[in-house]
Amino acid sequence: MAKKTANGLKQDKDPARPLLNLKKRRRPGEIVIQSLLFFTGFFSIFTTISIVYELGKEAWLFFRTPAVNLLEFLTGTKWQPHIEEFGILPLATATLVTTAIAMAIAIPLGLAAAIYLSEYASKKMRNTLKPILEVLAGIPTIVYGYFALTFVTPLLRSVFGNDIVEIYNTGSAGLVMGILILPLIASISEDALNAVPRALREAAYGLGATKLEVAVKIVLPAALSGIAAAVILGISRAIGETMIVAVAAGAGPNFTLNPFKAAETMTGHIVRISGGDLSYDSIDYNSIFAIGLMLFFLTLTLNIISQRFVRRFREVYE
Amino acid sequence: MTEINYVFETHGLNIFYGNFLAVADVNINIPRHKITAIIGPSGCGKSTLLRAFNRMNELVPDTHIHGEVLFEGQNLYEKSVDPVEVRYRIGMVFQKPNPFPKSIYENVAWAARIHGHKGNMDELVESSLRQAALWDEVKDILHSSGLAISGGQQQRLCIARAIAVKPEVILMDEPASALDPIATLKIEELMQELKQKYTIVIVTHNMQQAARVSDHTAMMMLNGGATRSGTVIEFDETNKIFTRPTDKRTEDYVTGRFG
Amino acid sequence: MTAKENRKKRIESSMRPGDTVLYSPLSNLSARNRLGRTWQLVFLSSTIIGILALTALLLNILDRSFGYVVLHAKVDPATFAVDGLPLEEQTKDQLVSLLETELSSGAFNKLNNEKSFEERSRAEVYALVIERLVKYEVEETWPLFESITNSGEIKAYAAQEYPGDKLTFISWLTADFISRPQSSEAVTAGIRTAILGSLWTILITILFAFPMGVGAAIYLEEYAADNWMNRVIRTNINNLAGVPSIIYGILGLAIFVRVLEKLTSGAVFGLVDPTTANGRTILSAGLTLGLLVLPVIIINAQEAIRAVPQSLRKASYGLGATRWQTVWSHVLPNALPGILTGTILAISRAIGETAPLVVVGASTAISMDPSSPFSKFTALPIQIYQWTARPQEEWRHLAAAAIVVLLALLLSLNAAAIFLRNRFARKY
Repeated sequence: MAKKTANGLKQDKDPARPLLNLKKRRRPGEIVIQSLLFFTGFFSIFTTISIVYELGKEAWLFFRTPAVNLLEFLTGTKWQPHIEEFGILPLATATLVTTAIAMAIAIPLGLAAAIYLSEYASKKMRNTLKPILEVLAGIPTIVYGYFALTFVTPLLRSVFGNDIVEIYNTGSAGLVMGILILPLIASISEDALNAVPRALREAAYGLGATKLEVAVKIVLPAALSGIAAAVILGISRAIGETMIVAVAAGAGPNFTLNPFKAAETMTGHIVRISGGDLSYDSIDYNSIFAIGLMLFFLTLTLNIISQRFVRRFREVYE
Repeated sequence: MTEINYVFETHGLNIFYGNFLAVADVNINIPRHKITAIIGPSGCGKSTLLRAFNRMNELVPDTHIHGEVLFEGQNLYEKSVDPVEVRYRIGMVFQKPNPFPKSIYENVAWAARIHGHKGNMDELVESSLRQAALWDEVKDILHSSGLAISGGQQQRLCIARAIAVKPEVILMDEPASALDPIATLKIEELMQELKQKYTIVIVTHNMQQAARVSDHTAMMMLNGGATRSGTVIEFDETNKIFTRPTDKRTEDYVTGRFG
Repeated sequence: MTAKENRKKRIESSMRPGDTVLYSPLSNLSARNRLGRTWQLVFLSSTIIGILALTALLLNILDRSFGYVVLHAKVDPATFAVDGLPLEEQTKDQLVSLLETELSSGAFNKLNNEKSFEERSRAEVYALVIERLVKYEVEETWPLFESITNSGEIKAYAAQEYPGDKLTFISWLTADFISRPQSSEAVTAGIRTAILGSLWTILITILFAFPMGVGAAIYLEEYAADNWMNRVIRTNINNLAGVPSIIYGILGLAIFVRVLEKLTSGAVFGLVDPTTANGRTILSAGLTLGLLVLPVIIINAQEAIRAVPQSLRKASYGLGATRWQTVWSHVLPNALPGILTGTILAISRAIGETAPLVVVGASTAISMDPSSPFSKFTALPIQIYQWTARPQEEWRHLAAAAIVVLLALLLSLNAAAIFLRNRFARKY
């Protein structure tokens, strides 16, 4: 049987030489596999949509209840569901206090540790210290919570006095959260510092700069966008951190900036409310979604900004 | 004065990376206000030798040195000598242009500032850029990034940056190897200007460049021994090296008959 | 002439007009060097502080895992001796009959219904006897370091304050502690239920997240063209990796517990277990944690796949292999160690996660071992959280002991990851 090939020529029908067929072949197996793989890849989009949809839907139900209005939600200083007061501020200020304390610890210490590891430490030193910091980053946050409640709080109380520092307080939670975030900032910043080309360091040394001047005035500014990314990621992590505050910061909203007082953060509130018997479609149930939605967009924005910084950093050096 | 005046004298200089002897037994004198070229095949330790003149090698861990490098009669490797002081006197220009990611102005002013420069900074920046033959090209963009100009301009910026510290010596490590021929020519012309005031030591793998710009030439080669260390096999005035070399290996190399 | 004058003269002799040579050393150098040393110390101490914090954290847990405790028996155990045979040496049957006689029949039958006495081991029955009949109560506890340094005073204090009670030095972490179920008395409480709950949950997490994560990584690295859609997917995965874990908990609550209740409670499979609390099951918890670690697994797997050299793929295509054949027989085998290492690290994160499980509805007091994905569950970090939240000291000692178990689990997982990484060190 002669077959027309693409260029219209007839082919020999010699049985010993099978027809040359370069046509695209259907490979159903490949198509099935490719579809499955696409599904797994696309699944993450589905997750995001679910998050936004579910949080949005329940938050909508929350804001639609007569007892709630958006303005009061954003400006109210009382969060007391049983008397229908839904002001986010007490929860937000507690989050603010713990985050601020955490960053006040984690940014300077993390950055200093990153500079030490990247610019000063010998290779051997670095290979010892870095894994230790990584271990610190791998400890579950509930363990940090335990540490805050059973070690840092008693320490604070013995230093400042039992009548000043409450048993549950945002200060202790913030401090320990700072220790938790320290390795995160140290590790990302160290990567950024390491990515600064050797040539820049040599140029500075060649001009007679001291080690400190090279590290702080040349390498640090050159890595700044990478470090900014680390800091923003750290803030996002602090805002979303839950177990440390759930254990150590206190149960019950409290509109205060005093770090020695007990106050419940947004995340701590979600955990406490959902830990009890929560019935669907109650206002409590809906409210955790509204708070969750705020948390989601807050951290998402911070993460996106952080990624922008990373990209800018890569554009300069890679 | 007719007496030849040396900025650097090396005596039995050996440079090690760990246990590896990279540069062996170098004894050369670098004359003042002249351009001295270090030439030789790649991997023979030219840059390593150059970096020994301002103690840049020690930035690589595990490097150490035997012998001495005298700068104005003083051994740079004595315990009491501060490398910062050394590099302040002996500037360096690198193979690839490496301006800081700061403004052109800041690139020039930075080192003078850390060294406590008290005079007028604008004047210093201008005079340094003028000496580097870059002023006219950048005077209107002084506050844009040092990375925003061409490679040749960046390299002259790096030279201006080195000049601003007022060094006695400028070390140049293949300063034109990353540049196109026109930019290379500019750098070479600039070197002729600069040698009026500074002593220049330049590493180059380009023999024509060495012949064009330098007054003295040090020929380096791997010695035949098992250690594969580089050493200076001949050091003389440049025209002698290129016309009447005493060492057969030098002759083979400069005439292009090298292995 | 001194060397310095000599040098000065030599320099001057060669100077030309306009030359600027400095004779004096840099005037500010010693100040700069001092500053340098100060800051180096600051940088080093910051790093050390991180390590000290880690040390303090571990010591604090160790401190509370051991120590003196005063135990008060409500009923003297000697009264339950049978023919002079003390409780500790009685057989299971003797203990069961003891329970039968001492407890009300209602209480006894209730215990038997929860889990029949034939199924219970001797240790469990013994624990029941201690819990229900002897009823040890913790009166007061001391942490380890105080117990060691202050042992004399503690003994004197206990003898005076608690006459008749026994002061013993105990380890809160014991084999019994690990093998006993949860209980309402600190003395008899254990973490078996919690450990099993954690293992079940993680099993579900792995079954879900590993294939999904590796599949997505293969798609993104080997199939996806650089178009709009795939860029969105990539960015989205990076963003999901940064979403706080509690948000995943809320999502799990809304989707797995509520919307998919029929599935996660096992109702669609005809399972109607009266003890299951609707959708608050191991399945829901495992899937929630699966969503949580999915982005991490994808990102790690992508890196491992990217590390496989391009030449290998070209060689395979050059032999006429299809894309999937290339991926399956060349890319995946070479990327597998990296993928597994990344997955183990992601899993060890999941094991320690607490907040999402609380939101999804981990139960607080369960003493029944989980038996299927549709069981109610508790987990190790949940147990730690519960005990930490109680104000009495003895529960915090138990929490410390449970933390030791959790950290040991994580440590062995990380060791496995490091072993994998070194065993299959990159060939390229």
